[in-house]
Amino acid sequence: MTEPKIDWPSAIFDVLRAQNFTQICHVPDAGHAALIDRCVEQNDMTVISLTTEEEGIGVLSGAWLGGKKGVLLMQSSGVGNTINGFALPMATRIPLFTIVTMRGEWAEGNPWQTPMGQAAGPVLEAMGVTVFRVERPEEVGEVVGAAAQLAFNTHQSVAVLLSQRLIGAKEFK
Amino acid sequence: MTGTLHRRYVVDALLSRRSTDTLVIAGLGQCAYDIAAVSPSPRNFGLLGGMGLAVPIGIGLATAQPDKRVIVITGDGEMLMGLGSLTTVATQQLRNLAIVILDNERFGETGGQPTPTAGPTNLSAMAAAAGIQVTGMVTEESQIQALAASVHEDSGPVFYTVKVLFESLPMGTIELDGVRLKDQFRDVVLGEGA
Repeated sequence: MTEPKIDWPSAIFDVLRAQNFTQICHVPDAGHAALIDRCVEQNDMTVISLTTEEEGIGVLSGAWLGGKKGVLLMQSSGVGNTINGFALPMATRIPLFTIVTMRGEWAEGNPWQTPMGQAAGPVLEAMGVTVFRVERPEEVGEVVGAAAQLAFNTHQSVAVLLSQRLIGAKEFK
Repeated sequence: MTGTLHRRYVVDALLSRRSTDTLVIAGLGQCAYDIAAVSPSPRNFGLLGGMGLAVPIGIGLATAQPDKRVIVITGDGEMLMGLGSLTTVATQQLRNLAIVILDNERFGETGGQPTPTAGPTNLSAMAAAAGIQVTGMVTEESQIQALAASVHEDSGPVFYTVKVLFESLPMGTIELDGVRLKDQFRDVVLGEGA
């Protein structure tokens, strides 16, 4: 008997809706594809496809200056591109919330993904970002909701790392 | 082509036309000092870090405040670090966003090393190639009033490069506390306590 598959992208979407997120920035990632598609369908969400993840730090900071809440969706390899950008939310205490789909760990098949994947959490923490990690699909909604509240209630930078075990390793064949 | 225009003359010509619906983002270094010296306002947000993020901040602000005019004033070196964002500007077609590059062809804060715009690189041509439809290069004083009119009134996104002198100017009084800078800006744009 197989357990029913938990629709964790919908759980994230429900949090974004419940907490009035309207600015969705992303560098596309297969792990985030279902969530991105869902956000694009919403008339009251501005979805911006970025050229590099650091750009998203600027866009979301500008959105907050204009009174809007947003989230940066990215892959672990993109974390490295954001690092100097975190000077902006750190120096200003603009809340910055990001959800990171992990590579370079569970059953990874591409050795080029492991350096940044393994470093993503420690590098974010070195910048002062509070990092949550989710391993189980049934916990995604609860953790993302709590992490987003922490970011916007206390004006911090907060990241949720969605583990590769949860997302499913990409198959190379 | 080395510029002959004085940067603060250009900034004054641009921002003397501002209204309470004009929000100004300035890139790190000299541009942040320029707007503070010439047109101090809580509706200014001048960066002292985050190089390459002036245009992205303008994108986020322009999407969040579609009824306000958002003007990004930054330097050639700062723009070169975030060139990809020009494609985002073009794709989003932000009608209320204007970008002005004060191009002195130098990394002015670090010893005046030449940037690629001292050589073959043309930022306005790159903006046009990114898909921004209103672009231009300003080199003469006679072009300044038309520049200011376009920056404030034309349907955006608009992008101009203004060739300016490489000159050292006083930094003046600038808000170093990012938290205060952000809170002042949000209070005046969104209302106290937002």
